[in-house]
Amino acid sequence: MTAASPPEVLRAPLVVEFPFTRSLGPVQSAFLTGLREGTVLGVRTSDGKVMVPPVEYDPVTAEEIRELVEVAATGTVTTWAWNEHPRRQQPLDTPFAWVLVRLDGSDTALLHALDAPGPDAVRTGMRVRVRWAAERTGAITDIACFEPCDDGPADGGPTPHDGAFADSVTGIVAEARLDYVYSPGRAQTAYINALSERRTVGERCPSCHKVYVPPRGACPTCGVATTDRVEVGPAGTVTTYCIVNIKAKNLDIEVPYVYAHIALDGADLALHGRIGGIPYDQVRMGLRVEPVWTEGGRYPDHYRPTGEPDADYDAYKELI
Amino acid sequence: MARHAREVAVVAFAQSDHLRRTDELSEVEMVMPVLHEVLAATGLKAGEIGFTCSGSSDYLAGRAFSFTMTLDGVGAWPPISESHVEMDGAWALYEAWVKIQTGEADTALVYSYGKSSPGSVRDVLTRQLDPYYVAPLWPDAVALAALQAQALIDTGETDEAALAAVGARSRDAAVANPHAQLRGPVPQGDYQVRPLRTGDCPPVGDGVAAVVLAAGDLARRLCERPAWITGIDHRIEAHSLGLRDLTDSPSTRLAAEHAGVFEAPVDTAELHAPFSSQEIVLRKALGLADDVAVNPSGGALAANPMMAAGLIRIGEAAARIHRGASRRAVAHATSGPCLQQNLVAVLEGDAR
Ligand SMILES: [Zn+2]
Repeated sequence: MTAASPPEVLRAPLVVEFPFTRSLGPVQSAFLTGLREGTVLGVRTSDGKVMVPPVEYDPVTAEEIRELVEVAATGTVTTWAWNEHPRRQQPLDTPFAWVLVRLDGSDTALLHALDAPGPDAVRTGMRVRVRWAAERTGAITDIACFEPCDDGPADGGPTPHDGAFADSVTGIVAEARLDYVYSPGRAQTAYINALSERRTVGERCPSCHKVYVPPRGACPTCGVATTDRVEVGPAGTVTTYCIVNIKAKNLDIEVPYVYAHIALDGADLALHGRIGGIPYDQVRMGLRVEPVWTEGGRYPDHYRPTGEPDADYDAYKELI
Repeated sequence: MARHAREVAVVAFAQSDHLRRTDELSEVEMVMPVLHEVLAATGLKAGEIGFTCSGSSDYLAGRAFSFTMTLDGVGAWPPISESHVEMDGAWALYEAWVKIQTGEADTALVYSYGKSSPGSVRDVLTRQLDPYYVAPLWPDAVALAALQAQALIDTGETDEAALAAVGARSRDAAVANPHAQLRGPVPQGDYQVRPLRTGDCPPVGDGVAAVVLAAGDLARRLCERPAWITGIDHRIEAHSLGLRDLTDSPSTRLAAEHAGVFEAPVDTAELHAPFSSQEIVLRKALGLADDVAVNPSGGALAANPMMAAGLIRIGEAAARIHRGASRRAVAHATSGPCLQQNLVAVLEGDAR
């Protein structure tokens, strides 16, 4: 047993990407299809106001609202903020203003970007118009941005629109990517580092003396830090297992195979791993196994039988 | 106190030092010392807590079900009565308060934490926006707050100098707060998103907060001067920013009415205003008198650990009552862009 060494934690890039596929209701579908066709649609609320962008339920009464109208592609800035340093994925890669724009014919404002030469060229109340994207797919980004214009407010109010278009957009794919630098913290760093030396270390709770493998730094029973490092294994006992019959994508393992809970000698918690070197239908509770490391592997590839007699049930029943 | 079925008080509060980075610590390693400290203040053992509720965000951690990792730190085996909100811990406290009101628990441990350092919190927060019309444009939290600030400037309710004064006052107050991340004079700096400068924006950091709630006479046994929660309420506004009057916070005002804020004067206000301009909006919504001590802890402009900064406001207000520095305090927490969701609590100490 050794005291934990000072922290020198692992860290690695972690990229989380998720292309959410979202379906659209009738109003959102009409609005986004309209953008593709160069038409801006709003919806009339129960009290006669026009909302752009439109929603399907009245924000005050929660009534379903479906009465679509067409509004102008020109409007007035209601507030703004100058973005000197555009961030990746924002609408423009040169400095621009974030703006809320009330389009002519609408009673609410739409958030978007305004392409302007500098903050001195932007003010609340200024007139702007939509700059359409060259390629449009039925998304809010079909509005490339707004640009300043000299036109006064458009004549007439919003005009009724049936919302019908050929080939309506019925869904969007909302791409998202977030970049992290992941650090597993002190306890898991020690575990991963030891694995690369083909050793398995756990941590002992100072209160109940249980040894946790892999360690997460805390005893879930006592709620205290587990600071004493303990080497366990290498051999262990299969406490329970299942037979996997479905081949996972990008996984080069023949099915069926056995995935098991393995209580390493000296550990008070079973970890899990694949069992190899024995026909799947001969794996059993109590089977004694040891880790098999592949060349250059940073963790055991699988566990194989040691050839020892099976462990007595009483020896591992608390660890199942 | 006839307003509610049971008397419930904050009987202990603890928080971590709020730091720019805590790379060497996993979430549970970061949370545990604060849990131990808050329990030690009451003398309760982990197993004696009736209900545990936490607040955190998977998007900050970049991992699904990330809160389950910190459960090890509360001693979750054998099984405990536990819940989680994907929100600031102030909303976890609300859930715990309801649990105690129903009589299902007499005590509760509420904690929340956020590690913003592994990712870019400005990008992460865009993921809470309307996914159809807004999120695809990636407007970050500073940009949206800047739109709100400009709207306030346009009405003549504030100007850049007044905003700078809010930041300066907050960091000056934080000198007395050993946990704060930014203390003392902080340069107002360059525009981040105009009209907001660096000094108008909160620091990005990692941190933890925890409180213990207890009911009735148990609270009196656990704490010399309990901070009674005499009212608590939370309200939400429309998702669409273009639908809201960004210069006002009607949801804060409504929550305050229901929490009883306006029934008697308060001497302390802990406001969760991550941006200087938001303090202007909240002061107006809550009708705070000039002699109210606003954010004597330094507030979110001095330390803004995501998911914990709102719970810290309740904790700081309670701690002031515990030590006799306040008789009646209002605590506020917010979530979402431009003060979209707001929680207001009134905390009172027994007269003495
Ligand atoms: Zn233990």
